[in-house]
Amino acid sequence: MREWTTPGKLRAKGIIGMNRRNIRYIGRYNNRRLYPLVDDKLQTKLLAERFGITTPALIGTVTTQFGVKHIGELLAGHQGFVIKPAKGSGGKGILVVERVEGNDYIKPSGVRMSLSDIERHVSNILSGLYSLGGAPDVALIEALINFDEGLSEYTYEGVPDIRVIVFKGYPVMAMMRLSTAASDGKANLHQGAVGVGLDIASGTAIRGVQFDRTRHDHPDTGHELASLTIPDWPTLLLLAAGCYEMTGLGYLGTDMVLDRDQGPMLLELNARPGLAIQMANGEGLRRRLDLVEKQPEGVAAQARVDFARHHFARRSELEATAEA
Amino acid sequence: MSRLPFYLLVGVLFLAGTAMTLHRHYQLEVPWTPGEQRQVWEVEAQVNFTALGDPVLVDMALPSTQEGFRLLTEHTASPGYGLSFVEENGGRRAQWSIREATGSQQLYYTAQVLVAPDSRPPRLDTPPLRRDIVWERPYDTAATQMIERAWGRSADPFTFARELLHDFNEERQGENARLLLTQFERTPLLVRLLNQAGVPAREVSGLMLEDGRRRQSLTSWVQVFDGQHWALFDPATGAQGRPDNLLIWEGSGQAVLEVQGGSNSRVTFSMLARNQPAAAAVRNQLAEDTLLNFSIHSLPLEEQALFQTILLIPIGALVVVVLRILVGIKTSGTFMPVLIALAFIQTSLATGLIGFLLVVAVGLVIRSYLSHLNLLLVARVTAVIITVIGIISVFSVLAYRFGLNAGLTITFFPMIILSWTIERMSILWEEEGPKEVLIQGGGSLFTAVLAYLAMNNPWVRHITFNFLGIQLILMALILMIGNYTGYRLLELRRFKPVTED
Repeated sequence: MREWTTPGKLRAKGIIGMNRRNIRYIGRYNNRRLYPLVDDKLQTKLLAERFGITTPALIGTVTTQFGVKHIGELLAGHQGFVIKPAKGSGGKGILVVERVEGNDYIKPSGVRMSLSDIERHVSNILSGLYSLGGAPDVALIEALINFDEGLSEYTYEGVPDIRVIVFKGYPVMAMMRLSTAASDGKANLHQGAVGVGLDIASGTAIRGVQFDRTRHDHPDTGHELASLTIPDWPTLLLLAAGCYEMTGLGYLGTDMVLDRDQGPMLLELNARPGLAIQMANGEGLRRRLDLVEKQPEGVAAQARVDFARHHFARRSELEATAEA
Repeated sequence: MSRLPFYLLVGVLFLAGTAMTLHRHYQLEVPWTPGEQRQVWEVEAQVNFTALGDPVLVDMALPSTQEGFRLLTEHTASPGYGLSFVEENGGRRAQWSIREATGSQQLYYTAQVLVAPDSRPPRLDTPPLRRDIVWERPYDTAATQMIERAWGRSADPFTFARELLHDFNEERQGENARLLLTQFERTPLLVRLLNQAGVPAREVSGLMLEDGRRRQSLTSWVQVFDGQHWALFDPATGAQGRPDNLLIWEGSGQAVLEVQGGSNSRVTFSMLARNQPAAAAVRNQLAEDTLLNFSIHSLPLEEQALFQTILLIPIGALVVVVLRILVGIKTSGTFMPVLIALAFIQTSLATGLIGFLLVVAVGLVIRSYLSHLNLLLVARVTAVIITVIGIISVFSVLAYRFGLNAGLTITFFPMIILSWTIERMSILWEEEGPKEVLIQGGGSLFTAVLAYLAMNNPWVRHITFNFLGIQLILMALILMIGNYTGYRLLELRRFKPVTED
């Protein structure tokens, strides 16, 4: 029984369960008609361009099996790139190539791939292997993000991204996802990435978890997490909040990355964001969502960000435990 | 956004389902459990007469569902005769007809009657009082005296009938009674007297059911009405009440048998009792074409067997719904476990589990080779399908060679579903590692086993097949679960660390 808690305790913490998320938030605030905007990364990208939200540069798209044969030409001259299915979910089918050496494409883990491996991967994407419901898909090839050096010691391979839950346009909760050896350079918590809860007010670390259990350091680099602070935090929040106007989705997971040169960028959007962010923050979403639901419509993005930074401020637990 | 219409819908579904279920149980005698034994009487009526060479019309009363008995099926054997069933003055009758017949004739009618103590037939209408009763002298005085005597000692129609019958008893017969009996038959006489006294009554004919009896004839009874109820009286003894084994054959006061164009007509009865499972008894019920009696049992047997399986699917789906929404178990493919469970029903659990694990394990090995071939998805899954068929064939042949006939049932597995399972598991293995495969595969198998146990339960099979209302109740239940915003059981474990500090 040590492993289990009671519904009462979870409710006291304001934790939201899968069922509540699905019915009360996704079902109520996310119009299904709008899903293609976020489920199709190509559409998201084009939309973001129109709304002036920066996204990683697009190298090209592959739409036909015929086009797979020409992927070598498309990739020529690019040192690092990411291939992803436009309609993939949960990070499935995302292939990161860090650098190219001669004919070998090297993944962040050091594994070498040949061009035919890449072609097979793209072909799989097109035939719908990674897309929802197995529908035929399009492969997106994006430039690799030059992520901020200041954050490199917090991550192992791969790019750390920042997930911000935006509810009715208010950034309500945020966490950074640090890839680990266990997650194979991917930033998905269920695959073993470390989640670090971030204070909405300041963008500093509150608490870290891996595999749903508390952590104070990165499992691979050994670096402590308490000192983690996101640069350009207000800009990032503003960018995330702007995604509400862009998509019209009320309950949205925005995945942001920090580029060395271009600052915060929108990587992708998720209309069904996971609940692990509550674990990373050590706090339930309930109280914050209830507060936002009471706010009037039509508030400007900047005002929403200010409201969130004022109301959702938190003190780091990591320092507290370090002092103790 | 009001949720009222939703709860109304759920309430209506639930009530309608419950009402349909109760109706089937109480009105149609469908038992709650499959094991209950019911007694069924097989009654055969044989009509004998000598035809005179002219057109013949035989008109015979037939029994219908009544207090204590439910008519299941009926058959006739009457070569050469035209036959129709007619409803007449509240009684059912069979009419046989033929243009020309000579010599000894036999017509047969067989009915299966279920002993149903709770049977509630529609209320009998009180027959009209006969006003046309005329007595000749000196019978009029005798009749009046008898009525007055009984009237004085009674309080209501039933006690009056009882007193009147007493006066006709052998040891108490007075002069009046003896006089009347010289002129009239006992039962019609009693009905006549009752009617004259203003008590509605009629003569009915019943069959005493006794196992293995042959060449029985009907006995006549007096049915007395008091406005709300009716009671049967034995004209010979005066005893009130219907014996449990009395089947009323003709209950509307008409002749049991009328033959035109024949002579020496008589009808004799033979009967046989047997016990059969309640479910089988239900199956034999006459299909009545009303909406409330809407039943799978009116379909041909083969389709019934098919429906028995189809109607179980919601139960399997309910298990999936509960495990996924209330417990939070991950499965590979939402309803794949239900299909696997259906296969388990055909194969039996142990064989099914071994077969499933063998096919999926071998399939995963072969699929891992296929993944090196760099094939398009559809082609690859098709290759997996052919592989699965191959594996199943090989296992069947091997099992047969080793004398394991149970192994042959492996062919019941849904092959396309298995192929997709293998494909998904394989991708899961590549992307998330063997642990996730074990979690989702184990979750699916666990769900499939639970769904199998639920669907293979004899009681569940009986209930879903015999009570279509259950489907509406299931629907209401699933709608309610679909509305559940609380925590899943496994979330109590998942979110435990958050509550620790």
